Formats: sequence, C-alpha cells, structure tokens
Amino acid sequence: MREGHAERAARFAADEGRARWHDGALWAVRQKRDRLAEELPEWEELRERAAQIKAHTRARLADYLEEFEREATARGAVVHWARDAEEHNRIVHQILALKAIRRLVKSKSMLTEECGLNAFLEARGIEVVDTDLGERIVQLAGEPPSHIVLPAIHKRREEVGALFHRTLGTEAGLSDPTALTAAARRHLRERFLRAEAGLTGVNFAVAETGGVVVCTNEGNADMGTSFPRIHIACMGVEKVVPRLEDLGVLVRLLARSATGQPITTYTSHFHGPLPGGELHVVIVDNGRARLLADPAFRGALACIRCGACMNTCPVFRRSGGHSYGFTIPGPIGSVLAPAWDPLAHTSLPFASSLCGSCDDVCPVRIPLHDLLLERRRQLVAGPGSISPGKRLAMLLLGLALRSRARYQASGWLLRFALRHLPRWLLYGPWNPWGRQRELPPAPPATFREAWRARQGQGRKGGGGG
Amino acid sequence: MRVALFIPCYVDQLYPGVGLATARVLERLGCEVVYPEDQTCCGQPMANAGFAAQAAPLARRFLDVFSGFEAVVCPSGSCTSMVRNHYHGLLAGDPRYGAVRAATYELCEFVADVLGVERLPGRFRRRVGLHQSCHGLRELRLAAGSERRVAPFDKVASLLRSLEGLELVSLSRPDECCGFGGTFAVAEEAVSCLMGRDRIADHLRAGAEVVTGTDVSCLMHLGGLARRAGAPLAFLHVAEVMAEAMG
Repeated sequence: MREGHAERAARFAADEGRARWHDGALWAVRQKRDRLAEELPEWEELRERAAQIKAHTRARLADYLEEFEREATARGAVVHWARDAEEHNRIVHQILALKAIRRLVKSKSMLTEECGLNAFLEARGIEVVDTDLGERIVQLAGEPPSHIVLPAIHKRREEVGALFHRTLGTEAGLSDPTALTAAARRHLRERFLRAEAGLTGVNFAVAETGGVVVCTNEGNADMGTSFPRIHIACMGVEKVVPRLEDLGVLVRLLARSATGQPITTYTSHFHGPLPGGELHVVIVDNGRARLLADPAFRGALACIRCGACMNTCPVFRRSGGHSYGFTIPGPIGSVLAPAWDPLAHTSLPFASSLCGSCDDVCPVRIPLHDLLLERRRQLVAGPGSISPGKRLAMLLLGLALRSRARYQASGWLLRFALRHLPRWLLYGPWNPWGRQRELPPAPPATFREAWRARQGQGRKGGGGG
Repeated sequence: MRVALFIPCYVDQLYPGVGLATARVLERLGCEVVYPEDQTCCGQPMANAGFAAQAAPLARRFLDVFSGFEAVVCPSGSCTSMVRNHYHGLLAGDPRYGAVRAATYELCEFVADVLGVERLPGRFRRRVGLHQSCHGLRELRLAAGSERRVAPFDKVASLLRSLEGLELVSLSRPDECCGFGGTFAVAEEAVSCLMGRDRIADHLRAGAEVVTGTDVSCLMHLGGLARRAGAPLAFLHVAEVMAEAMG
C-alpha cells in the first residue's frame, strides 16, 4: 500500500514528547483566538457576513476580477492572468528576466508554494529569499512549510539555533528566541538591501479600488516592496472582494482567527507602483475554476488562509503539517487536495475524526467536516482509491446489518469471539484496536435479550441483564 | 408519553446496561417505553466511511421501524445526529423522513427539551468528568461549545449537576475530541490513541473518579485505553449515571 497520512502521522506521534509539544504550541494559538473572538459580541454575525461576502463574490467572480483588472490598471499596475502553476511561474520569471533581475525577496505566499515558484526561479539562476522568519527557517532547512501561518511551527528553538549555526554562522548552542530573531533580522536586512525585486502574496484584492492588501506581522512585505522598485503580487482568483468596506468584516476576522491578534502588525494596501517603479499583479487559476464549477466543493474557495482549522484540529496538532503531503495541510487542505490530484491524496479525507471543531472556528463558515465526508463519498464512488479489503468489509457489514437475523448472528459471533478467543489471537497483529486499547468485555446477554427478560418479569426489578 | 427506544447496534451487542439504564430513566420520568425489535443499525459506520450505498438501505429500514412513533429516543448523540443530519442524502425524498427526523432525540436533549426536566431527582456522590462527544456537541448542539461566541448552555452538564452530590470537575480542554471517530480509531490508530490518552490525562488531573458522556463509542475507546494503562477511572454512560442516581 502507498504511504498515506496515517503512516506519516504515526511516525510524528511516535515521538510523544514532540507531538505533545507541537499540540501544546498550537493549542495556545487556538486559546488566543478564543479570547480575541470573545471580545467581539458580534463575532458570529461577522462570520456569517464573511461567508455571505465570499458566496456573493464567488457567484460573480469573473465580473469582480475584470473590475479589479480595470481599476488596478487605471492605477498603474500591470495585471497578468495565469491559467496554471507553470504559466504563473513563467510570467514571474519573464518580469524578472526582462530587467535582468537576479535577486528576489519574497514575503509569505502559499500560492507560490503551490506553484513551486522558488525551485523554478532558482533553476534559472535567480536568488530567492523568503523573508518571513518562519518561511526563511524552512527555506534554510530545505523543507516545505508545515503550517500556512506558522511555517516552522514543527521546529523547536534548539533546532532553529542549530540550523542558524550551520547556515548563518551564529554561535553554537544559541536557542534564545530573541537572539535568534535578531540574527535572522541582520541576515535578512542585508538581503532586503541588495534585492532588485520584491514578491508578495495577496490577502485581499479589492475590485472597486484595484488595490491589493497584504497582511504581515514582521513588516517584511513592506521592506520587500520599499527598497526594490519592482513589486510582483501573486494571487489566486478567489482573493478578490467587491468593496473596500468588505475588509471591515474580513480583516477583523483574519488575524483574530489566525494568531489571536486584533489585527496583524502591518496591513498594507498597495495602489499602483512606487514612483518610477512597477507593480505587477499575477492572477492565478490553477484549478480554482474547476473547483468553482463543482457545486459540492465550491464553498471551500471562501478560505482566507487563516489556519484556524489547523490550530483547532486535534489530528493536525498531533500529526504535524508535513504528514498531509500537500501545500495546504489540515482540514481545509484535506478538502482541497483531492481537487488537484485525487489519487495522490486519497488518505487525507480520512485523516479526521470528523469532530467538527474546524467548522466552528472557520471565520468564513466553511462546513469543513461535511466536506471531508463528501470527499470520502467521492473516493468510494470512484475507482482505485479504496482498498478491496475495506470495500469487502463494508459490503459484508452492510449485508449483516440489513436483516435482523444476520445482525443477531453476527453479534453473537462477535461476543463469542470476545469471550472465548485466546488473548494472543484476539490481540494479534491483525487487530489495530488492541495495540494500545483493551476490547470491551462481552456481556452475557444483548440488550434485546435483557429487555425481553425484563418485560417477561413484569418489570419488577427494572434491570437485570 | 410513549417513547420508542433507538438502541445503537454496539450498545445492544456490547453495552446492554446502557440501554436498560436509558429505559429506566425514561420510565422514572413518566414515559411509557417500547423497544421495536426489528431495529439493527442506523448505518453510521458505513456512511462515515463514505459508503453511502451501504448506508442507504439501513436509513430506509430505520424509517420502516420507527415511523409513527411520537418520540424516538437514543442514548447516543452520534447515532441521533446520523438520523437528523445525515439521512437526507440517503433517502431520496422519502415522505416519512420529516416526521421521523423531528421525533428522534438524543436522551439528554429529550429529557431537557421535550420532558422539560430541569432537575433530576437522586444523588450521585462522586467526582465526574464529562466527556463532550463531538457529534452531540457540534452536530446536535447539546452545549454551546468552546469555539463559538454564543450564550453558554450545556444540556448534559445541567442535568448531571442537578443530581445531589455530583461534582463535575473542570477540564483544561472541555470539549476536545477523544479520537474515536469510527473507522478513524483503527485507520489512524496512533493519533487516535494519543488523542485518547491526552483526554484521560486531563480527566485524571482534574480529579475525576468517573468519566461520563452521551456516547458509549467514545467511552469504549477511552475505557479501553484506561484499562490497558491501569488508570483509576470508571466509565459510565450518562444514562447509567442518571439511572444509578435515581435508583
């Protein structure tokens, strides 16, 4: 069997100390989110409004994108359209190549992770420096981000110290977060100063103003777009919102949901290029139109990438973002991944206990656990992704439960096995339940037998069994 | 009021005491209780694994068995939610569904909302940890939940607290999933068990002697882990706590 989430998660969870630390770190973020949400009496109303804004925009997406293009162009930006990752990467490369640019600084953009932009540009001789601290850490480590808001959350500070010692030449054994941040700051400042272009993601693109909005806590997007004269902003088609006032809903939800802050430290609105500079906006589809056309899953396009579903997910916290094997991990990633490549991500819809906590933290009210269930149904209905053993088991279970006689006979067998099989057989390697758990003891009678006995006694004892 | 017992398959086969306790609680509260013997399973194990075609005949069977009852009461939030929230797509507009859906309740919500009971008679002198099962909490809204900003309420905890002597301990994570999750418990065994052991540790730290909840499936998972580890905790379904308290 191909390795899936369960196998990768089991490796992460095997180091219980690390898994508990990871769980605790993200749970603390969830608690901060709870405290901030608690401060707003209108929180649930905001979530509803945000869901409505996103649903409305989705229904007229093409119109709003064209309006955005007109307004952005009127303000001096150059708007590019990319059908897929490849075209996106080529457009960005062309913009840089035209000016013979060799040094690019980037602020956080999950879209460019999705498109594999860094590798594409590096293969063409361009130095790409991620300037978000967490992104820089994973870039130096040669790893993908493990979380969309906290890309290096899987690394302990001692590991970051060792990494910086190896890559940035800091002193050995350094693990003080303030000292490590200061070292990264010095290193990044030098990269900012020599950069020839800056690339950012886009949190929101406003159709009526043609502006793009970038939210960061480190000011790295602002540094990266202030020194170099060329700013490339890359966005998925779903980032557009109709009006500036929609941000009054969405920005209020974003940072509170993401990190438990009232607002990110920097919320920068870009309208046109710097004097004498260039602003390029690359609008990318890469599978989103296909998702939009799918009535069952189009709601997932509402995602504003806050990561709250990851922080609250008890499975994510104990299995780590890398166990998902997709750019966007966690509940929303498990819903999205099969839209890109269903056969590569068949385990993800099952990487959930369907507890539903993600639905209730989602600031745009995506019914995540229902969508995970829908993905499961889709996988079962299609060929090749569910093992024949599981199909047979479900078929037999369904058959057994469809008739009372077969159900009672199967139940009898189960209880007989629980009572009489020797422990070595009952808890053999075939039984994953019993690896860490006891099976329930078999009762002497079923409920229906006990019920009959009780009715026969004229309910005098009211119990028995 | 005449009440039909909807006893989940695993309760019938493995936890008959929970079914009997449910009947006893309802009778003590003045209900006439019947048990339609043709019931087997609501179809949730197949439905949650994505096997809608295997679940659909069981949804139809459920309507065959339970149509016509004024109230259908179940000692499981998860199975109740299956009927209330997940049958729609399986029944292709069966006209009987609306009435059955409206009549089907989880035990605590039936006691609180339909019977209108605010205080239960009886005493239970032990320190109890309440495990909020996810489907009862977030699909049936038996309580407000820690994620949403709504006026706090908790139907299960309110009933438990009304029992004399019962002390509900406060957990550091009051409504985190235990990791059972149906087939998840075996398909993702490692994470499932880590989640469960974390819940048990929370209850132990809070000083619980008994862990209770609306769903035996979660308690079977937690109890199985606790027994293997030798943790000093008893696991009782809310119906068992209430029945024991009410005598």
